[in-house]
Amino acid sequence: MSTPNFEPASQSILTTNDLIGSGHEGTVMDQARAWLQRVRGGDMGPLPAIGGFVVLSILFSFLSPFFLTERNFANLITQAATLVMLGMALVFVILLGEIDLSAGVTSGVTMCLFIVLTNVVKMDWILSLVIAFIAGIAIGTFIGFFVARVGIPSFVVTLGLFLGLQGVELVLIGSGGLFRVETPQILAIMNENMPLWAGWVMLAVIALVSIGTTLWDRSRRKRAGVPNRTIALLWIQLAVILVIGGVVIALLSQNRGSALYPVQGVPIVVPFTLAILWAGTFVLDRTKFGRYIYAVGGNAEAARRAGVKVVLIRWVAFIVCSTLAVVSGLFSISKVGSVDASAGRDIVLSGVAAAVVGGVSLFGGRGRLMHAAIGALVIAVITNGLGLLNLPAGANYVVTGSVLILAATVDALSRRRAGGSLVRS
Amino acid sequence: MDQPIIELTGVVKSFGPVSVLKGVNLKAYAGKVTALVGDNGAGKSTLIKGLAGVQPYDEGEVRFDGEIVHLGTPRDASHLGIEVVYQDLALADNLDIVQNMFLGREETSNGTFDEGLMEREAAETLRGLSVRTVKSVRQKVSSLSGGQRQTVAIARSVLKKARLVILDEPTAALGVAQTEQVLALVTRLAEQGVAVIIISHNLADVFAVADYISVLYLGQMVASVEAKNTTRDDVVGYITGSKTYTGEPA
Repeated sequence: MSTPNFEPASQSILTTNDLIGSGHEGTVMDQARAWLQRVRGGDMGPLPAIGGFVVLSILFSFLSPFFLTERNFANLITQAATLVMLGMALVFVILLGEIDLSAGVTSGVTMCLFIVLTNVVKMDWILSLVIAFIAGIAIGTFIGFFVARVGIPSFVVTLGLFLGLQGVELVLIGSGGLFRVETPQILAIMNENMPLWAGWVMLAVIALVSIGTTLWDRSRRKRAGVPNRTIALLWIQLAVILVIGGVVIALLSQNRGSALYPVQGVPIVVPFTLAILWAGTFVLDRTKFGRYIYAVGGNAEAARRAGVKVVLIRWVAFIVCSTLAVVSGLFSISKVGSVDASAGRDIVLSGVAAAVVGGVSLFGGRGRLMHAAIGALVIAVITNGLGLLNLPAGANYVVTGSVLILAATVDALSRRRAGGSLVRS
Repeated sequence: MDQPIIELTGVVKSFGPVSVLKGVNLKAYAGKVTALVGDNGAGKSTLIKGLAGVQPYDEGEVRFDGEIVHLGTPRDASHLGIEVVYQDLALADNLDIVQNMFLGREETSNGTFDEGLMEREAAETLRGLSVRTVKSVRQKVSSLSGGQRQTVAIARSVLKKARLVILDEPTAALGVAQTEQVLALVTRLAEQGVAVIIISHNLADVFAVADYISVLYLGQMVASVEAKNTTRDDVVGYITGSKTYTGEPA
């Protein structure tokens, strides 16, 4: 770049640094104000979901004496885990403005394969699991080929697979059949807990990693000579993690079994889920693959002209989605303890709902993995709470469906509002 | 006269039986703005797509800095420092200004983004172009006005030491004040030593910024003149084919 040239008039009034900011300047109050402005401009993120979570929790704790017990709290977490996983899987394709309606049955059919391999073929469970994951990757590759390469709408391809894979499940399991999960390691994911100390170590690791990445970012920004956000935000971040994490782990550390058979500690599924959440967020925020997913979801033509291999990005996103769906299936059979021929059939719309409720835009380009996780907690609270009220099973479907449509409406309206704010012209 | 950065000689392009470019010559000089004008269907877009490497020419010679080059792919073009700012802008609304300016060529260290470095380079580029209408480089592009978007698109093109920037109808969708801003930006771009080719239907804009005017008429370059040696009426005549340019190509 050659030397910048300024008009004398502007230079005499303002120094160059005043001209273009980075949004990192200012006090905590300035940052909060800027954030509020973004929210008003339609960029609400997971706020509606967090609000819904709080309101629903208060509502159900009034309606049912069991809702606010330690046992139900742990139960809620394991109930949500499958949905959190599936929601996070779907984020990768929803960010592209695509959909994978077969993600649920992908989780089901790969688990059917897994259970047939372990129980019928008597194969080693690790090898069976590897084969199940390979099957998941193959399904993602199949979808990606038809969507990204051939150019068929993902809705059609995955709806086809939704039906087709159910057929495969029937072939693998046999109609009416049911296999029990006999691998203790698989069952442990949802049904065993970490020792109490490990829960607190986990919290310490989360806090350290979170603060560490923030400090790393700050040092890189400092080296580049661009302003950092005020350090107070770091302490707020740390406080939020310690308070929320501390409360959750303290609750899970209570004995929720009986005096004779104590059940306490953080379920093993939690660190697994958090690790995948962290890794996925890292990829989406800090690597080219992640950035290009957002770019393709925002404006595929712009991405193509910028040299992004759009076909490849789309293709890989579907593979990631299917692979994470296998993890979700694994969580599911660990919880249920058995696999039947309809595994994963009902969950996919809840997964989409989880993502959308959490603030992931169905139009593509907007949303984070964390949003899907929060959305999944909301859906899980609804399922859990309605279950405690002994309402007919139909109520759950009706409410979850209504919440999905409501969330999609919020998404569409906030998309219309986006833009307009922050403009200075 | 200096050596042109880009020089096209006898460029030919056909789509099946339709010949769109019938032996076109074009030059663009460092630090100068060359306006490419012509009526719809004259072949302007085809000429530009060839320079961008999107649709390679069938025949003809392309010289870059005096050396013969082949523009077979967009990569060839960007490797030489040829950047095109398209009419429909090609920005991702959901990304911020820095992310858009670096899209496809992000700075990384240890395999992850160096956001600080990118932010600084983006801000420096915008300052170098005396852009003052943007509040923060971390604003989402969806929150920008049409003129600001055009600014970001142009800044994106010069981020990585472009030698030749081609602007396709940069003011077509803009209001009066924003048009002024973008035209000022075009002038500053040239002042930085970049060769600028600007396509426009608006002759007022063309005469406001262009040093040279090249007129395409039905696939042939019918006039190449210095802007100060011609008039609006003459150029309209060349564009519509009602007048014939008789002088030497400038």
